[in-house]
Parts: sequence; structure tokens; C-alpha cells
Amino acid sequence: MITVDGIHKSFGKVHAVRGVSFNAPDGKITGLLGPNGAGKSTTLRVLYTVLKPDEGRATIDGADVVTQSLAARKRIGALPHGAGLYPHLTARENIAYFARLCGVDKAEIDDRVEQIVKLLEIDAFAERRTKGFSQGQRTKVSLARSLVHNPQNIILDEPSNGLDVMATRSLRELILKLKDDGRCVLFSSHVMQEVAALCDDICIIAHGKVAIDDSIDGIRERTGCDDIEDAFVNAIHRVEAD
Amino acid sequence: MGTMFSVFRKEVLDNFRDRRTLSSALLMGPIFGPVLFAFVINLSIERSFESAESTLELPVIGQEHAPNLVSFLHSRNIDAVDGPQDTAAAMEAVKAGTHDVVLVIPAEFGEQLAAMVPARVELVSDQANTDADRDARRARNALRAYQQLLAGTRVVARGINPRALQPINIDEVDVSTPSGRSAMLLGMMSYFFVFAALMGGMYLAIDTTAGERERGSLEPLLSLPVTRDQLIYGKIAATCLFMTLSLMLSLSAFYVSLNFMPLEQLGMTPNFGPDVVLAALAIFLPFILVGAALMTLVASFTKSYREAQTWLSVVLIAPTMPILIVSILTLRPRTEFMFVPSLSQHLLLVDMVKNEPINGLHVAISVTSTLFIGVILTWVCARLYRREGLLG
Repeated sequence: MITVDGIHKSFGKVHAVRGVSFNAPDGKITGLLGPNGAGKSTTLRVLYTVLKPDEGRATIDGADVVTQSLAARKRIGALPHGAGLYPHLTARENIAYFARLCGVDKAEIDDRVEQIVKLLEIDAFAERRTKGFSQGQRTKVSLARSLVHNPQNIILDEPSNGLDVMATRSLRELILKLKDDGRCVLFSSHVMQEVAALCDDICIIAHGKVAIDDSIDGIRERTGCDDIEDAFVNAIHRVEAD
Repeated sequence: MGTMFSVFRKEVLDNFRDRRTLSSALLMGPIFGPVLFAFVINLSIERSFESAESTLELPVIGQEHAPNLVSFLHSRNIDAVDGPQDTAAAMEAVKAGTHDVVLVIPAEFGEQLAAMVPARVELVSDQANTDADRDARRARNALRAYQQLLAGTRVVARGINPRALQPINIDEVDVSTPSGRSAMLLGMMSYFFVFAALMGGMYLAIDTTAGERERGSLEPLLSLPVTRDQLIYGKIAATCLFMTLSLMLSLSAFYVSLNFMPLEQLGMTPNFGPDVVLAALAIFLPFILVGAALMTLVASFTKSYREAQTWLSVVLIAPTMPILIVSILTLRPRTEFMFVPSLSQHLLLVDMVKNEPINGLHVAISVTSTLFIGVILTWVCARLYRREGLLG
């Protein structure tokens, strides 16, 4: 369960996030949708505690991301945008390293890594050094790395970027599986169709503000647009009008 | 502690697998220095002996005017050969480098000698050319000796004891020991040790911040349930390990290469046995922490791997500066110098190589103050690692 309450974040003169609030409950997939530069990544970075909000607060399962950041991070598996691997380590070693840092019990590390390797179908290249991996392979390993400690909350920043059809498909299946496990999944995207196909709740962000935060049907209703793309454009125009 | 060790282990494995950086860190730094050093010393020793023993072929203009002088020179292992036409041609030849030194004996040499006026000879050489100066000095010394000889015969002819010409007898007493003489030359060693140690950890120090950031692995790492202190301490520890390895290699390489240097011929017997190698390692260890933290600190301000490399090559020079200054000014070890990292290690090493008693207080100050500075720098690194701006 992730709650975000009125967070602001500026970088120098750029006011990137201006009072974003939303909830991402357990057992649901929440999509953060918005054009490039809308403040999605900044919001997510606040949630996985690498940035501190200037104002407002956010919690992960009740743990404040600023005052209890370590406890908050324990409850998160994060896949930052463009996450990189260690090229001299094999895929398996990359995953095991994160498992160790996450405090997975020594005796369980091998089993956990094996499970996640199977789950994400990494077997074929698990023993290879990650140097020269394709974008799809890299994303899979990065994802496996962030899920290896079985986090309750999963934050994915544009996970489908650069993935081909097959890889996107298996990513979608994985996200659904996580939801069925009762996890809280929060992911950002600028692709409407992807968000529409997966998410229970959608939070549309534009210019650092929440344009609309509702279920897909709710959004259609409130914007008066049947087509989700039209609804998206409509919502963004509303923010711009403010 | 467990987390720190995990980070440490991963960094060590990662760095060992990176063949290219490993070879530059653990081969180029420590081995290249001593080998170069041995080569240069061998060369200079050979050359200095060569010139003292071999016959000097000295172009002499107007040999016919001073046959006695020519035979005197011959007795000093200097053979007069035919030189250029005249003084002007001789100056040209020396300038052009065809000859290093030319002796010109004017036609009136014999007359002037007989008339007891100082007989003029010209010695043409380029004093800015240190290499050629060696031959010129030999010629000059031979001429002085000839002058002494003539003066002696003249006073004897007047019934005066030739000793009257030598009112003062300068007897130089050299208190330097063979080990002491080595220290001047081998003082350069600490320069290589400092350099090798820093080289060994440079890549890891960059990788800790700029490298991880550029690769995109920093953000996932920071989003893990570990404190940033644990990450940075683990990384600095790994950097220290590689620096220590590099230093050990450098020390061993020097130990081996000294055996191939004919230093005894220069009257030097450096005190650099296995015990001194170990003691030097112990004395340099606190400096490793200073170096690792300093490099990590500088790299953390840079935007990219390349930028970090540029800045760190400047850092590589910084700790060698005090060594250089003290060597140039030939300052004796003083207690206050022991507070300066790299300088104190250098001075202690020089004392050991000279086989002089080691001042216990100096060792204590060197170790504690260097460690203290290292700990402070490490702490600053950790503070900087907590910054938001770290992600760039």
C-alpha cells in the first residue's frame, strides 16, 4: 500500500512535482500515466527514497519515505528508469548481489534466485555476463533483481521501454501475477494502451499535477470520452487550463 | 557489517574480472615504475664508468706548438687528435655537436711559456650541455694538473720547496655510509610506491560514484534497504584492498629489481631487505585509506567516468608533491613533517633505506595522523554519498 499526499519537488527553478496525491492499494495495479516530463519519474523517485520531497509526505505500508526511509525501502522493489547492470557479473550474480543486500537469508539466496530466474524466464542467459545483453534481457534481469526479496510493493518506472512485443507480453503477465499475489504494483508509462490494458486505477499526471485519478471507467465517465486516448488528452488540457 | 562485506566482495569480484582496468592497476602502476627505474640507473651507472675508464679523444688545434702538453695529456689517457681548422671552426663544431670539447693551442704558446707570462690556451665547450661537460671537465682537470706540474718545476728551479704552492691541504671527510648514499637515489622509490598505490585503487574509486551513475546501476542500488554508509564503506574497503595489492606488488618489484642494479659500483648498499619491505608496507598502509578516500571524494564530484579520470590524474600528483619538494630542498626529517600523509611515509622510508635508527615518535605521529586524516576523508565521502545530487 502506497500513499502519496501532496508532494512537491523542485530542481533549482524547475518545479517538477506540484502537489501530487494518490493511493496505490494492495492487490491492485496502479498506473502513473503522463506525457514525457510530467513528473512521473520524480514522483516515483521520491517513493523509492532516492529523492526527498520538498513538501508533503508519502508512505509505504505506513513507513514514511523520509523519516523511515530504510523501513520503506525494505517494503519496495524498485525498477528505476534505465536501470543498469554490472557488466562483469553474470545475470545470476547480479540478482544474487541484490538479494544479499536486501538481507535475504544466506541459506535461501540460491533458492530465491533460482525461483525468480525461472519466473522471469532468464534461465537461458543466467550464467552469462551481462555485458552485451539486449534491452529485453537487461530489463528482465533488472526486474528479477528488484523482485528477489519478495517485496510487497513494486514500483516500476517505464518498464516496457525498449521491449519487443514478446517481452512486453511476458512483463504484462508478470505484473498480473504480482497483482494476484496481493501485491501493490505501481508503474509509470506514457503509453495509454498499455496502462488501459493493465491498470485498475490510473493516475494521469501533467505538468507536475494530478489531472485525474480514477478507474478506467471512472475516467471515461468524468471526461465524457469513450476512447481512453481522448480521455487522456482531455484530462491534460484541463490541467493546462488551470 | 554483513552488507558492507557483501558490497566489498562484489566490488572485488567485479574489479578482478575487468581485465583491462586490472592490468593497468596491478601491472602498469607497480611494475612499470621499478623497471623504468632500474633501467635508468643501470644506464647512468654504465655511462659514468664508461667515460672514466675509456680514452678521451680530444681534438687539439696546434698540437705542434705544445708537444710536451700533448704527451702529458696522453699520460692522462687523453689522446690528441686532429681537430677543426681554427678557433672559429672549433666553436662551430662544438655548437653543432660534432665535437664535445676542443683544445686550441696558439702558436705563441711556447714563447709565452719561456717568457714566463701565463701561456694562453683555449678550451671550447658548451657548458649548458651536461653530457658534453663531463669530457670538458676531464680536459680541464688534465690542464690544471699540467699547470701544477710546470709551476712545481719552476719553483724548484728557484730553490723553493714546491709545497709552498700548497699552503692549505684540503682533506674531505665523507661521513656518508653506503646505505646513506643510496637514500638520495632511492628516495625516489616512495614516489613510485605512492603512485602505484593510488593507481591500484583509481578505477574502483571512480566506479563507486561516477561509474555506477553512468552505468545506471547507482539508482537501483540506492533504492535497496541498505544505508548509503554501508555501500560507500564497502566500496572504499574494496578500493583499499586493490591499493594494498598494488603497493605490495610495487614493493616486491622494487626488491627484485634492486638485485639487478649494480649499485655497489656507485658505493651504495641500500638497506632494502625483506624486513624493510614489510616495514615499508606497514608504514604505507595508513596512507592507503587517505588515498582511497581522497580519490573517491574527488570522483564523487564528477559527472562522468572520463571527467573523473581527468581529475584523478591530478590527484595522483598531489600526494607526490611534498615528496618532491622535500627531495629537492633536501630537508631533514622533522617532527612536524610527520603530520603530512605521504611525506611522513617517504621520510620514514628514507631513514630505513639509510639504515638509520627509526624515531618511534615519528612513526607514531605518522601512523596516527595519517589514519586520522583518512578517517575524516572517509567520513566526508559518506556524507557526500548521502546527497540527493549524487544521482546527477
